[in-house]
Amino acid sequence: MKQSSQATGWQSALAPASAETSPKAVPGQATIEGVRKLLIGALEWFGGISEFCRRLVKAVGPPFEVRELLRQMDEIGAKSLPLVALAGAAIGVVLSLHTRDSLIRFGAKSLLPALIIMSLVKESGPIITALVVSGRVGAGIGAELGSMKVTEQIDAIEASAVNPYKFLVATRVVACMLMLPLLSMVACFSGIVAGWATNALAEPMSFKLFLNQGLGQARLSDLLPSTFKAVVFGFIIGLIGCYQGMRAKGGTEGVGRASTSAVVLSSLFVILADVVLVRIIITLFPQ
Amino acid sequence: MNMEKDGHNSAIRVQGLSKSFGEQKVLDGVDLEVAKGETLTVLGRSGTGKSVMLKLVIGLQKPDSGEIEIDGEEITKMQLDELNRIRKRVGFLFQGAALYDSLTVEENVAFPLRRHTDMTDSDRGDRVDELLSRVGMAEDRKKMPADVSGGMKKRVGLARALALDPEILLLDEPTAGLDPITANEIIELIRELQGERKISSIVVTHDMRSVEKVADRIALLNEGRILIEGTLGDLRQSDDPLVSKFIDEQKEV
Repeated sequence: MKQSSQATGWQSALAPASAETSPKAVPGQATIEGVRKLLIGALEWFGGISEFCRRLVKAVGPPFEVRELLRQMDEIGAKSLPLVALAGAAIGVVLSLHTRDSLIRFGAKSLLPALIIMSLVKESGPIITALVVSGRVGAGIGAELGSMKVTEQIDAIEASAVNPYKFLVATRVVACMLMLPLLSMVACFSGIVAGWATNALAEPMSFKLFLNQGLGQARLSDLLPSTFKAVVFGFIIGLIGCYQGMRAKGGTEGVGRASTSAVVLSSLFVILADVVLVRIIITLFPQ
Repeated sequence: MNMEKDGHNSAIRVQGLSKSFGEQKVLDGVDLEVAKGETLTVLGRSGTGKSVMLKLVIGLQKPDSGEIEIDGEEITKMQLDELNRIRKRVGFLFQGAALYDSLTVEENVAFPLRRHTDMTDSDRGDRVDELLSRVGMAEDRKKMPADVSGGMKKRVGLARALALDPEILLLDEPTAGLDPITANEIIELIRELQGERKISSIVVTHDMRSVEKVADRIALLNEGRILIEGTLGDLRQSDDPLVSKFIDEQKEV
């Protein structure tokens, strides 16, 4: 169960709350030393999370912790619902306001529904959901597992001959992977409704017509990849939250660090993964 | 120290156990043996690695070197599945009780039962009732751990440790931080268990009263090694200034 060391240099650089100021030495030397530490920290982190994944994969399988999975699905999914719906709606409104102006300028106003719906379904919906959930759930998982770690509850689970990866990690990661696509759908839907309402204020149009115009061009290959993307985002949020939590050490301060770094790192990796995934999706599903 | 050295008579046998954290050497060649049905109390100042030793015995941490045998089986090189088979036979009470925050008192006690037995819901409920009544916590079964006191948590922790009817108990400071009455109740409970079920145990403690009442033998841990091992009488007769100082000071406490 031993996780690799310390709050590492690169994480503290990313998480301002836990950043430390070092006494000024010779500038060049300090920079080299800093970069060296950063690299070693990053390598250690990737090594640690790979080992963590290996344990997680080994822990998936019967008997399943169904009760805990349902509890986590409620915690991660149902309780994030209002927040995600609100964020989606806000994006819908903003998209509608921005694109309407631009499209009118180019005389392509009739494309507005398609543009709002496509950009929500393909990109804004999943990414905004992932970022909101990584803030709410990533912090929650990091803090919960972190405090379980420092109060020996995770040791107690192991001492009861129960695999904590099965009981704590697999349930949370799977719950995130199942709930993210659903939440993303909610974000898209509320975004589309809000986008339509904003547009309708300027130029009355029925919701049905808005949908028809928007979805006229849509194909299954527009929906599937973004669902897959949401699943990957869920995996990243669950995995990093659990990993940062399980390696927490050093009392309440450690719990705080785990929670902060879970949010920062999962948001960062969600965005990086998005770049890679979009590239892959474009290759696999050419327009 | 007239123990049989045959592995089958010892519930726990530890040899040459060493563990370091970074530069700090916590355990430096510890040898211990607990016979079946025997209670060994481990004394020592704070930070001498007593809790670490208990965690090593149940495989929560890996030693740097040394051997640990539980009921004749070497555990330090075991795979997780094998280790879990052993862990089911060992009850562990953590220093801070380590109850699961998100579960109620009764769910905490039911946790090992739910996973390692085929009990029906009603059988499990009965067993949880029995365990909680035994530690005087039956009234508080629906409460969350955050809503009960430190002493109550320890009692629930003990009930959870006893859930699977263990043959071996590892108790980390079972009476620390408790009022004398509760502490006494817990000591009595441990004594009852020793009498009824011939449980073998290691009890880490600072509390001389519990040592006097529960210990068959005592080991004094100092600077990562066992300084002395024997009955309370043996320790009292020791010339070692540290031993007498420890025993006398503990008594005053």
